[in-house]
Amino acid sequence: AYRTDEGQPWVLPVVKKVEQMIANNNSLNHEYLPILGLPEFRANASRIALGDDSPAIKENRVGSVQSLGGTGALRIGAEFLRRWYNGNNNTATPIYVSAPSWENHNSVFMDAGFKDIRTYHYWDAANRGLDLQGLLSDMEHAPEFSIFILHACAHNPTGTDPTPEQWKQIAAVMKRRCLFPFFDSAYQGFASGSLDKDAWAVRYFVSEGFELFCAQSFSKNFGLYNERVGNLTVVGKNADNVQRVLSQMEKIVRTTWSNPPSQGARIVATTLSSPQLFDEWYGNVKTMADRVLLMRSELRSRLEALGTPGTWNHITEQIGMFSFTGLNPKQVEYMIKEKHIYLMASGRINMCGLTTKNLDYVAKSINEAVTKIQ
Amino acid sequence: SSWWSHVEMGPPDPILGVTEAYKRDTNSKKMNLGVGAYRDDNGKPYVLNCVRKAEAMIASKKMDKEYLPIGGLADFTRASAELALGENSEAFKSGRFVTVQGISGTGSLRIGANFLQRFFKASRDVYLPKPSWGNHTPIFRDAGMQLQAYRYYDPKTCSLDFSGAMDDISKIPEKSIILLHACAHNPTGVDPRQEQWKELAATVKKRNLLVYFDMAYQGFASGDINRDAWAVRYFIEQGINIVLSQSFAKNMGLYGERAGAFTVICSDADEAKRVESQLKILIRPMYSNPPVNGARIAAMILNTPDLRKEWLTEVKGMADRIISMRTQLVSNLKKEGSSHNWQHITDQIGMFCFTGLKPEQVERLIKEFSVYMTKDGRISVAGVTSGNVGYLAHAIHQVTK
Repeated sequence: AYRTDEGQPWVLPVVKKVEQMIANNNSLNHEYLPILGLPEFRANASRIALGDDSPAIKENRVGSVQSLGGTGALRIGAEFLRRWYNGNNNTATPIYVSAPSWENHNSVFMDAGFKDIRTYHYWDAANRGLDLQGLLSDMEHAPEFSIFILHACAHNPTGTDPTPEQWKQIAAVMKRRCLFPFFDSAYQGFASGSLDKDAWAVRYFVSEGFELFCAQSFSKNFGLYNERVGNLTVVGKNADNVQRVLSQMEKIVRTTWSNPPSQGARIVATTLSSPQLFDEWYGNVKTMADRVLLMRSELRSRLEALGTPGTWNHITEQIGMFSFTGLNPKQVEYMIKEKHIYLMASGRINMCGLTTKNLDYVAKSINEAVTKIQ
Repeated sequence: SSWWSHVEMGPPDPILGVTEAYKRDTNSKKMNLGVGAYRDDNGKPYVLNCVRKAEAMIASKKMDKEYLPIGGLADFTRASAELALGENSEAFKSGRFVTVQGISGTGSLRIGANFLQRFFKASRDVYLPKPSWGNHTPIFRDAGMQLQAYRYYDPKTCSLDFSGAMDDISKIPEKSIILLHACAHNPTGVDPRQEQWKELAATVKKRNLLVYFDMAYQGFASGDINRDAWAVRYFIEQGINIVLSQSFAKNMGLYGERAGAFTVICSDADEAKRVESQLKILIRPMYSNPPVNGARIAAMILNTPDLRKEWLTEVKGMADRIISMRTQLVSNLKKEGSSHNWQHITDQIGMFCFTGLKPEQVERLIKEFSVYMTKDGRISVAGVTSGNVGYLAHAIHQVTK
């Protein structure tokens, strides 16, 4: 979760404002939302992902399912795919998850009933970057119709995203091999500070004519973690297809949670549908993104100034909340035991944990760890 | 071509269909008796005062929005367990239970269904009363279980077919799962009397069945939370380690906030810890962790003495209004000159009433009188007000005389 420079959680100012508006609105009650969710939320959420001028929206071939966070959106999508994709009830369709990925991806698809979950090459540890050749090779050799979980931006946990040119290569292979793109978009806006930039890959795939799913989370970019605000965006070939897909997703929702929680959706819908509130929100998002970007550049410059062995450009080239520092497990152990700095055994750090107060200490500690421990 | 060309259009939800048709109707006298949500005597949704107060208190605390634990808000889950089991419950005091927050009743049922599918290897069979809430079947089916039924409702008397139920239940294969509605049976409104619950408990114990209670109306049925939880507490006292799903949608009017809980009564606290760890493993790939808003409101109410007192009064108020509408409907039917026996309307309890009306009669009610209900003759008494009960009685009499 995001932290301020004081190391504190941050409720976005626009969220506080909108919550007050909701509280003061006596015409609101706690009645059930429709099964697929609050209509104003669903439309705005998908619009944010696909862009105001999205051809898919104009052509009325976009569907949305309000879900319990990004996880819930992934699960509804997975349950639908297991029932209706690549034949009926085909649990044998391979699911490809990046190596590494958010560990819950595996569990979501496994619990949805898929039997064959595989990894695709992603992180190149030696070069501390994207293993594009490995990734493309895996796609070339994947069985037709395999499903690929793609991180829309700010890859979790490596912070390493394909460039636009690399995305184009990925899309070309996926199109030729008839592979299904399932995007996980948990950091739109939060990664670069720009909603459009962070949605570039998803929108490119749409412009290339793909049918796809995009699981969106508003946990980070709205700071609404515990309200569980998410949306599954469905892009299809035409309105009729999308309508039938949604009708089946409705049945899945009905046996999972019946209808989604209303508070978080109301906050997001109110914000996104008001130009003024939208601008305020954008400003809040930029505040968060900019702080993380600042911490990245400050950490890197300190490491380089200290003459820390190795190269450290990956700290600023990576994006989003997480960074794969390249520290090995022994070095990580040193950081935890000797310096009381907590990070994952993979060397992943949460950039949100950095503050102007602890930057020096963290940089010095990394320097020590890399120098003393091999 | 599309990946989805072969995807069939899902069948329209029968209950939603009722509301859709109601909305389209221009008759000023129209009544929506399909609605599964409480309405006040003006036919409006009712936000409880204790809920408004709790919300104000919560807002003033300026809490953050950090993720809840996977198992939910501890203040909420503990209070939910205590509400269901009773503060003097040995099971509660000894800590030999685990309660996790669920997405209202549906989400709690689903967590339980998935848990049984994964860990209850003795049987795949879940026995539902005939009839049961329409969503029970697909929930358990999607979780990978099989559905069976036991006799429950007697359409001839519009009441409990107790001998049929006992007969069927006594023949259920050992170690099957049986689902029981704790109170205010949905859709019939027919509940067993306490002596009948005692016999059911004895039989269920003899057959060594796993008991799954669905309690969506505690307090809302009789107006008394302890009375409505009597069956749940009795079974536990008899040494039956039940599993339980609770909803706060109706009794706190928190419908869209999705406040619910799933409880497993265990042998001891250690077993409870192990069960809890497995429930979390089930929840995480579903939605990671639950929504805070409804749980915070419910917890604030249950744990703040003044608010709790106010809630008990308000929930009794809702239950009393329902009971009063039942009484008025029957007396109005008599006034209309109906010669039928309508006692079941006042014998039944909770939001719903199985009128005994046949599909043809229901269709006439819809077409000729703009009175909307589901084809099985179920009405939501919550949709009846002192302003329209007379019209309803008149309409029913016209199609049944």
